[in-house]
This record gives sequence, C-alpha cells and structure tokens, in this order.
Amino acid sequence: MIQIGQHRFRSFSELIYRAALYTAVIIGAVIFGIPFYWMVRTAFMPAWQVYIFPPEWIPAEFHPENFLAPFEVFPFGAWFLNSGLVAVLSTLGAVLSSALVGFSFARLRFPFRDAIFLLVLATIILPEHVRIIPTYLLFAGLGWVDTYLPLIVPKWFAPAFHVFLLRQFFLTIPKEMDDAAFIDGCSPWSLFWRIHVPLSVPALGVVAIFQFNYEWNDFLHPLIYVHQVNDFTIALGLNLFRGQLALNLQDLMAASLLAILPTILLFFLAQRYFVQGIVVSGVKG
Amino acid sequence: MAYTKATQERKSWLPWPRGGNQTMKQTTREAIYGYLFILPWVLGFLIFTVGPMIGTFVISLFDTDFLTKNEFVGFQWYRSMVGDTLVHKAFINTAIYAFVTVPAGTILALMIAVLLNQGIKGQSIWRTVYYLPSIVSGVAVAILWRWLYQPDVGLFNTLLSYVGIQGPRWVFSEEWAMPSIILVALWGAGAPMLIFLAGLQGIPTSLYEAAEIDGAGPITRFFYITIPMLTPTIFFNVVLSIIGSWQVFTQALILTDGGPNNATLTVVLHLYRTGFRNFYFGYASAQAWVLFLVVLVFVALALRSASSWVHYERV
Repeated sequence: MIQIGQHRFRSFSELIYRAALYTAVIIGAVIFGIPFYWMVRTAFMPAWQVYIFPPEWIPAEFHPENFLAPFEVFPFGAWFLNSGLVAVLSTLGAVLSSALVGFSFARLRFPFRDAIFLLVLATIILPEHVRIIPTYLLFAGLGWVDTYLPLIVPKWFAPAFHVFLLRQFFLTIPKEMDDAAFIDGCSPWSLFWRIHVPLSVPALGVVAIFQFNYEWNDFLHPLIYVHQVNDFTIALGLNLFRGQLALNLQDLMAASLLAILPTILLFFLAQRYFVQGIVVSGVKG
Repeated sequence: MAYTKATQERKSWLPWPRGGNQTMKQTTREAIYGYLFILPWVLGFLIFTVGPMIGTFVISLFDTDFLTKNEFVGFQWYRSMVGDTLVHKAFINTAIYAFVTVPAGTILALMIAVLLNQGIKGQSIWRTVYYLPSIVSGVAVAILWRWLYQPDVGLFNTLLSYVGIQGPRWVFSEEWAMPSIILVALWGAGAPMLIFLAGLQGIPTSLYEAAEIDGAGPITRFFYITIPMLTPTIFFNVVLSIIGSWQVFTQALILTDGGPNNATLTVVLHLYRTGFRNFYFGYASAQAWVLFLVVLVFVALALRSASSWVHYERV
C-alpha cells in the first residue's frame, strides 16, 4: 500500500498507471482547450500587440472595448436576435414534433408501425445537402426566400434523428404508467402531454440543445435563403464581418467569442440534464 | 402494484392489452391516434425528403437556372461530370477528408472516453473541456482556426517554434490545407466521445470483475470486453460520421474557400457554387445525386459489414 495524501494505491504499478492516466487527460485537455484561450487572449488585445513577433501570451493591456467594435460597424445586436429567433422557433418545433412522433412509435400500436419506423431510420442516412436545390425551388415558389420560414418550418416536421432519440427514451418509461393512465380515462394525447413529456425533460433537453446548436451554427441554409444584411443570422454576419475587417483581428476574435457564447452558456446551464439525457436516451444502439 | 387487479379488469382500450377483452374499436382507436401522431414526420418525409429526392433527380436532367432557361438535356450533366476535373477534385478531396476523419475521429473519441471512464477525479470538468469544441462548430470556429493557423504569429507555429520546428503554412499551402481542415474536424471529437461515455457506462462492471479474477490485464480487458461491448456504439458513431464528413462545407468555405488551388474544394462547396453562385442548378443537382449514391454505398458497406463485427447480445 502506497499512500500519497489521502490517496491509497494498491501497488507501485497502479501508482504509475494513475499518474500516466492523469497526465494523458491533462495534456489532452490542454490541447482541446488552448484554441479557446488563444481566442480570448486575442479578443482582449490592443491592436498593436496582435501581430507582434514573437507572439505574446498575455495581453499587454486589456481592451474590453474590442467587444463593442462589432456593434459599431454592423447590426451585430440584430444578428444575435435573428439567430435567437430562428434557433428558438426551430427548436420548439423540432422538440414538440419529434416528441409526439417518437411517443407514437414507442407507445402506441398500429399496423406497419415497425416498418414505418425503419423508414424513419433510413432517412437519417440521407445526406441533407443533397436535397437543397429542389427545397430551395419549393420555398422560392412559396415566396419564402428572404424570410426565416425556410429555416424554421422544416424543423416542425419531426427531424428523424430526434424521433429516433426520443423513441429510445420513451421505451424506457415503465409500461404500467400507460395502463394506469388509461384506467383513469386518459386519452393518448393527455398520456403523452401530461405524463410522458414531464417524465422526459432530460431527453427533450438533449434534443433541444442539439437542435439549438445546430441552428445557431448553421451556415449553408441562411447563406442560401437570407440576403438582407439586417436579416442576417450571426453565422452570416460573422462571415461578412471577416471579409470587411480582415485586418482588425482583435475585433473579429471578440465578435467570434460573442457568437459562440450563447451555445456555451446553454450547455453549462443544462449540463447535468444534458449528460444524463444522453445516457438515458441510450444511444448505445 | 395496487392497480394490477384494475389493469386486468380494465374496460377502456389500452396500449398494451394483456387480457382478451379488448374490442376491435379499442385497437382501431389506438391505431388512428398512432397514425395521427406520426403525421408530422410523414408529411415532412413526403415534402422535404421524398419530394426533393425525386426533384433533385428531375432537375439534374435539365439545363436550368430557374429563370431564363429550362431545357431538357437528359443525362448530359452526368456525362459532363465524367470529364470535369474540378468535380473529380471535389470528390477526391472529400473522399480523403472522409477516409481520415471517420476512423481518426472515432478512435480519438473512443480513446478520450476510455481515459475519462477510469474513475478520474473531476470527470465532469474534463468531459466539459473535451466536449465544448464540438458544440461551437461553425463560422466562428472556422474564423478562429484560420487565426490559429496564421503562419507567422498563429498559435500552432508559435508552439512549434518553441521546440525548434519551422511550422508549415497550414491553410495557405496546397499540401497542408486539407490536413488543416481535418484537424478542425478532430477538434470536434467531443460529440462522439460523449456517446462513447454513455456506452461505456452501460457495460456491466461484473464483466470486468470476472475477467480480473481470471487474470486478464487492462489491455486484455480492453480488447476482449470494452471493444466488443461497445461495437454497437462504434457502429452508430461511424455511420453518423460518414454521413457528416461527406457533407463538409462551412470549414472548407471559411478556412480556405476551397483553395489553395482547389486543394480543399469539397463536394458540397462545389455544388453550392455550381448552383447558387453560377446558377447551373441542373449540374449541381446531378452532383448532388452522385454524392447521394456515394454516401449510400459507404453506409451500405458499413451496414453489411456490421453483422460480422457488431455484437448485439445483451448481458
């Protein structure tokens, strides 16, 4: 027995093993984390220090006003709101619709149910980008180009991957729940809405975070459908910003940092449910 | 258990009838609700999947910009593709990207997950650090990485200079541009890692204990318990990764704009340019169909091979 502080190790080889383990984890974490540091460090730097050689690790003086620059040149605040609007409405639709569909596949019985579910699984493997041209034609025909509808509306039709995740989760809820609910005269709708939805908050949260992040980060679809600068999402805006101020790197880094902040905050707020949700929705296959 | 008796005597329709007293009406009503509830997916499937899949094929038979010209050309675009070196380049580049990121990303994610699953202290903090990069994908990340790759004062060449290495010109050089984009993808290994962690937690510890009693070392346990038990998760991640990697777009556009000298021109970037920049929607659709077939072939290969290496037995 080897004792170091309050830790006990059964043997010397176990001590070495634990030491190597922690070293690997720490080195890996530094590698994964260091790009973020470089971003933050550049975002706070004075202009003169950004291109200094050799590069310095710590800003010589802190310039938080770099974070104001994006708002002065562009409707940066509006872009944030636009992205938020699109992401929230898409997420709402994706969660509600795929929960309902997933519930039906997991809990109700109807002819060809499993065959239809196989079809749902099959659509997961269809590359989405293959369909963008006819989809564009459809939305152009509806007069929806230069609105957010092409970004939001398709998400209200139960994205297949979310249906799969939520069905997996609904399968884990004890069947006695349903029986008891029906005895009490519950309709399938209230069984879904009053019982399954409240029990599935972690899984719904996982789907919500996936969808919100996807929407917040999406670039191709806004690029195709949104053309007015004031209507840009944050992804489009950053792309424009980078073209205009190619040399003002500290401002660009500040803008990028602001742009990723909502997804990071959301993750930290929901982290506990998120990880729990991933585990219970059992993506184990 | 209080309602067990009631359950057996129930008169209303039930989703999981066990007794024999269900009537036709009950199952019919359940089926109607079932179909009603999956209606959002069915409609979406028809409007946004089946329709556009057929649409892509039909449009690929036309020379059209949707405005001034609309000419049926049959399979002309598919023939054009055979001799179009730019299209070849796009498919070859994307193939290289996919063939590297799929195995490398999966192995990296698995390694991190296994490390974090060894009863590490502060697991949730480490998990967050590894996972965060994958949730911030997109334009901001591409912009950040372009800055990290800056040849003179960027992070990577700064770090390399500390150990006396003159770094490459990364995204600005033809041979390093594709590896640069692949590295960004590997930075996002946190997403499959999280799924692996969930999978690892599903492996019963009794298996490891039994193996340890039988004298199996950590390496034996890894290859004879962890890997076989994780094969469904590995399969899941590999399939998702194949589909995602063939559609790479944002990084190629922001980091390199397909360059230098088309070294990072990807299929979706090229079809975006062909369609939405140059308005050859027919040609872009033909490329999309070929992309679809390519992805289908690789996913089919993965599915076919699954029976020989994916273990679905439950303990």
